[in-house]
Amino acid sequence: MNKIVELKNISKIYRAGEVDVPALKDITVDINKGTFVSFIGPSGSGKTTLLNLIGALDTPTSGILKVDGAETGRLSTKKRAIFRGENIGFIFQDFNLISVLTVYENVEYPLLMVKETPREERVKIVNALLEKTGMLDQKAKYPSQLSGGQKQRVAVARALTTSPRIVLADEPTANLDHDTAFMVISLMKKMRDESGVTFIFSTHDPKIVGVVDIIHTLEDGIIMKSEEVTHG
Amino acid sequence: MGNLIKIAFRNLYRQKRRTLLTIAIISVGVIAVLLFSALSGAFKNMMVGQITDSMLGHMQIHRKGYVSSLDNLPLDKTIDAKQMKKMGEILDRIPRVEAYSKRILMGGMLSNYMETTNIKVAGINPKDESIVTPLLTSRIKKGEMLKKGEILLPELVTKGMNLKVGQSIVLIVNNVDGSVNGQNLKVAGIVESVVGPTGKYGYIHIDDAVTVLRMDKPEFSEIAIRLNKISSLDKVTRQISLEIVEMKNKEGEPIFEVHSWKELSPFYNIAKMIDLMSLFINILLVAIVLISILNVMIMAVYERIKEIGTLTAIGTLPGKIRTMFLMEGLFLGFFGSVAGSIIGIILIIATKFAHITIAFGRNENILIDPAIPFDQMALITLVSTIVAVLASLQPAIKASHMDPIEALRYS
Repeated sequence: MNKIVELKNISKIYRAGEVDVPALKDITVDINKGTFVSFIGPSGSGKTTLLNLIGALDTPTSGILKVDGAETGRLSTKKRAIFRGENIGFIFQDFNLISVLTVYENVEYPLLMVKETPREERVKIVNALLEKTGMLDQKAKYPSQLSGGQKQRVAVARALTTSPRIVLADEPTANLDHDTAFMVISLMKKMRDESGVTFIFSTHDPKIVGVVDIIHTLEDGIIMKSEEVTHG
Repeated sequence: MGNLIKIAFRNLYRQKRRTLLTIAIISVGVIAVLLFSALSGAFKNMMVGQITDSMLGHMQIHRKGYVSSLDNLPLDKTIDAKQMKKMGEILDRIPRVEAYSKRILMGGMLSNYMETTNIKVAGINPKDESIVTPLLTSRIKKGEMLKKGEILLPELVTKGMNLKVGQSIVLIVNNVDGSVNGQNLKVAGIVESVVGPTGKYGYIHIDDAVTVLRMDKPEFSEIAIRLNKISSLDKVTRQISLEIVEMKNKEGEPIFEVHSWKELSPFYNIAKMIDLMSLFINILLVAIVLISILNVMIMAVYERIKEIGTLTAIGTLPGKIRTMFLMEGLFLGFFGSVAGSIIGIILIIATKFAHITIAFGRNENILIDPAIPFDQMALITLVSTIVAVLASLQPAIKASHMDPIEALRYS
């Protein structure tokens, strides 16, 4: 399988006042195209930092980071933004839906701001994604009228509107109960199966990772364990 | 760009109350400026009209040095008949010149056979003078416009000497050689005094002036000119200056000079002060727009930090985020200015119908006619809109430079 993410000896150190705080220590890991990968670990283990690096939101302190062949760490802020717009979809723990926009408008937003897609095409894409995520009948509702699971479904649809190569989800189930969390993860897997997009997500809840292909366990900025999951 | 406009509209629509309040604040500022500009402009125009139409005319031509020795009314700094003919040809060629009036100014003594007083008199052709200074006729409080052998006397002189219309007086003047001459004249009317130079002059017929000064041929102190439109004053002043500068003395120096009413009347400084006040009010408007938009946009950025983080994360370019906020400022400024302009115009029209009158100098019940030229209104709208965009610049730049990781972490 082709590698879509390559991390070689990646370290990330934050400066907190006079003190250097290492968030990631010499991480080396590859992620193949179309896989459904999870990083698990407790809070502060470096999951979010790692996803931020893969998502080209941040740059490593040292090491080589390649996403879809591009060394994103060497790109300028503007080029990283373009790269994200073309290649990465994001799902956030707090959903980050815009409260004053409807479900439809929230999903449409990236197409307006990032891709400048013509109206007819926008309608087609948004409706198709809302249908796949089971939210088409809720498209006129506002986020405040939705349950947590529904909000995250909308967020999944929004992450896929720009047809990204990778979808990154940072703790997408942290604010959901177990059943809803499992349903959201299943939806993400279903979307992966249908679109072939690589899904990478982080969680501290080991119970919901049963459906993933690979689990990397992080602790104190180090990958302690990587295991492939065989689905029987 | 179309999408950004749509999003900017949506964002403003989110906070309907705040958007309306900001638009209202800008509108109030624009209304205040429009009303003030219209009223101060009307007052200024009325004031200028009173000065130019009562006595000065829009501009005057004199022999060089005459204006600087105006208090003495020198009779040796005049425009002779030959020069006047040439001057007439120049003025007749300029279509913006509506009319001109030749004047002979002199100082002398006025006697009612019992008492004598000082007086300054302008010899005029009543027909020409009525066109150049159309308010002269309305200044005649008693009696009527003079004919040959008659005099219009200033009100204060008639009061002091207890003179009535129809009475005879003697006007005694020195001619250019210094010899004293006198002429009997009948009081044709009493003319209201006005503030400003020549505002307390009496008037006689120009032929009587020639006679009393024992001139072989008429020699004129000044030519008062009226234009079709006062707005072309500077242009015509320049044009006439260029033409008469060609009339030179033996030493090769220009003989004549042109002065617009601005140089002849101290009221020009008041007019300038009105302009300065308008400028101050305009600066106030700019401050209102600037502060209200800045406040709203800073609030908008702080409220939407997480949203900006999300937008940045999904790949929205900083330029687009900046443009989105600038658009919001632009729309607030534009709609506020347009709403203000519409309400302002309605109020100006209402003020027109209210028939507001004021007293100026000794003139009472002068109707104030407020109006705002379209270009001035357009300028006020444009400036308010531009200021709104400029006020949005700092918050917009702040939003576009936001670190997505920090922004997403914000709660």
